[in-house]
Amino acid sequence: MDFSFTEEQSMLRDTVASYLADNYGFDQRRAALGREPFWRPDVWSAFADELGILGAAFPEALGGLGGGYTENMVVMEELGKALVVEPYLGTVVIGGGFLKHGAPAGAEEMIGQIIAGKAIFAFAYAEPQGRYNIRDLKTTARKDGAGYVLNGHKAVVVGAPYATHLVVTARTGGGQRDAGGISVFIVPKSAKGVSTRDYPTVDGFRASEVYFENVVLGAEARIGGEGEALPLVEKVMDEAIAATCAEACGVLRRLQEGTVEYTKQRKQFGVPISSFQVLQHRMVDMFIQLEQSISMTYMATIRLSDSDAERAKAASAAKVQIGKACKFVGQNAVQLHGGMGVTDEMAIGHYFKRATMIEGLFGSTDHHLARYETLSLGAAA
Amino acid sequence: MNLDFSPEDNAFRQEVRTFIAENYPQALREKQERGETLGKEDQLSWHRILAKKGWAVPSWPVELGGTGWTPTQKYIWSEEQARADTIGVLPFGVSMLAPVLYNFGTEEQKQRFLPGIRDGLVWWCQGYSEPGSGSDLASLKTRAERVTGDDGEEYYIVNGQKTWTTLGQHADWGFFLVRTDPDAKPQSGISFLLIDMKSPGISVRRITTLEGGHEVNDVFLDNVKVPVENRVFHENQGWTCAKALLAHERSGIAGVARSKRGLERLRQMASTELSDAGGALIQDAFFRRKVAELEIDLTALEFTELRTLAGESSGKGPGPESSILKIKGTEIQQRLQELALEAAGHYGAPFLGEAGHNSGIGPQHSLDLAGDYFNGRKTSIYGGSNEIQRNIISKMVLGL
Repeated sequence: MDFSFTEEQSMLRDTVASYLADNYGFDQRRAALGREPFWRPDVWSAFADELGILGAAFPEALGGLGGGYTENMVVMEELGKALVVEPYLGTVVIGGGFLKHGAPAGAEEMIGQIIAGKAIFAFAYAEPQGRYNIRDLKTTARKDGAGYVLNGHKAVVVGAPYATHLVVTARTGGGQRDAGGISVFIVPKSAKGVSTRDYPTVDGFRASEVYFENVVLGAEARIGGEGEALPLVEKVMDEAIAATCAEACGVLRRLQEGTVEYTKQRKQFGVPISSFQVLQHRMVDMFIQLEQSISMTYMATIRLSDSDAERAKAASAAKVQIGKACKFVGQNAVQLHGGMGVTDEMAIGHYFKRATMIEGLFGSTDHHLARYETLSLGAAA
Repeated sequence: MNLDFSPEDNAFRQEVRTFIAENYPQALREKQERGETLGKEDQLSWHRILAKKGWAVPSWPVELGGTGWTPTQKYIWSEEQARADTIGVLPFGVSMLAPVLYNFGTEEQKQRFLPGIRDGLVWWCQGYSEPGSGSDLASLKTRAERVTGDDGEEYYIVNGQKTWTTLGQHADWGFFLVRTDPDAKPQSGISFLLIDMKSPGISVRRITTLEGGHEVNDVFLDNVKVPVENRVFHENQGWTCAKALLAHERSGIAGVARSKRGLERLRQMASTELSDAGGALIQDAFFRRKVAELEIDLTALEFTELRTLAGESSGKGPGPESSILKIKGTEIQQRLQELALEAAGHYGAPFLGEAGHNSGIGPQHSLDLAGDYFNGRKTSIYGGSNEIQRNIISKMVLGL
């Protein structure tokens, strides 16, 4: 058993942290999110060129630096601390994940594009009717000669406004909620028949409703077996959940530390409010939630390499812990900041908003509790 | 980062498992299964077997009898003991007093007392709390006055009352915090004394707990004469020893391995108990949700403990963060007891004691569950209540 980080992993953390400290302050972030293009392509270029971190989690054989899950965890935690909106999750973790595991023709070249900062991915899996059920798909990819014709509507595709490519789940067969008949495609956003309605999300990210109207795809656009991609989707989604948990740890740390700092400064009744035991114990409970979240993030990250069932159980268990922590730590951080906590001018509220969105990302706490329950205790009667 | 056990670790696990299987006393196992109260000799029998093997005091310095196990080996050791439902080695001598002795005691004190602790020959009890001093331990009033006896030797004459002395009814010796300077600040006037429980003037009175059991006691000290050489560390500096004792041996305090075993038993029980709908209770939507949440919380605690252990092995030492282990560990133990009692349904009610095991009343697995639940409320109170643990984290970790 080993919970330590390699020297390279520690350096990676320091590199990302110090870059963000210099270039991604709260005011810089807010200014950038308020004007076109609503994200920071310069930051993304710096990730690719100056920092070289976009290849950290790819094997050397594919042009990466030879890392994997732990590298994603390290990067995502630092991105969480700075509330970075640039699409590392969608591109490296999810796009990269599908390319690594699905290994379609041309994957190597595409990964090279990711590492170079040229290809940016968004994951179009959710649909308006499907809630958190990733099998609930009305989007269809009808066989047409050697290729497919894609039709459908994907909901709240985070990062789609900045993306060059979409990873799309669609039915090549089966009924609307069947496990079989699901396929995955990589679709250039510029393809004919793809249209989007872009909008901001409440936590400062950008998302789109994405519509596919008779989008013609070649056979090479498909990743994984036709109609057999659900296990692949679940695997990449669990990897995305572990990475999101890591991001949440960064967000939670800032919420917890920011609250401790604030209560030490803020005086009422002539003393710092941090001297009140009722607030001290609340902050201890926030700290415990943070520590338990870090533990579960390690656990889920390590278990990504286990069997499908163990991996899924671990990811859902971690997401339950993180979901609860995001709610508890987020709400109490705002509460302990008093009126200042509900203003737009303090960073704390922005961390709270991200924490709240993470609660529902890739499935709510209830969704993952139910998934864990079935995996651990068997299906309910 | 990985969770892999090395081939050496796996070999160690096999060795430990085989040793327990071949050496755990059959008579003790049967008494446990019948739910009998274990007597002094029962409690010590397993300790003595481990002492012979050299495994009674794994965490001690190797030169004093410790095993020098890695954190992973200690983790395996606690898992295998829980798996085999062994009783534990009592903590009073081994985990509480011994570290004080080998950190603060004289050479003579170490030689005199440590072997008896290690080998399970002397039963120790703790004299800390008083009726007026619980969480505010430093306010303790038991008085020790230094006098010169007729024989020209120096003694302390000790007067006062200690309480919550666990298993003091069996104790040969006790370690006590007493006030030697009533005029100093509370923490500065306390000394740490080792007292022979057979000394004239000591009386032990049973306190019966909610479930009817006899674990804790009042200890009255009436002009008890204690030789000065039985004081550990300097006069009036016993608080230093007391604090060190509280900070020691935090790993293991979480009880992760025992709780995992408890969860297994709960799941087993809930698969034979029936729900209102007639299926297995574990199929009941509400009940299974609670079990799943508990399982997840236990996983989080396990990994927090593993991180703490990893920190210790890299020389960081158990920090005040380990108060998290106490808080979450005891919360989980209590939730397990709560769910087990819930699972028992009607048969949680019969109060049959040891006779219950042959009574044919209700299923065997329901016996004593209410008792365990009532008794288990102590865990969030003892060892520094969970509220005091929050004070510790607040002050020592968050700097509030």
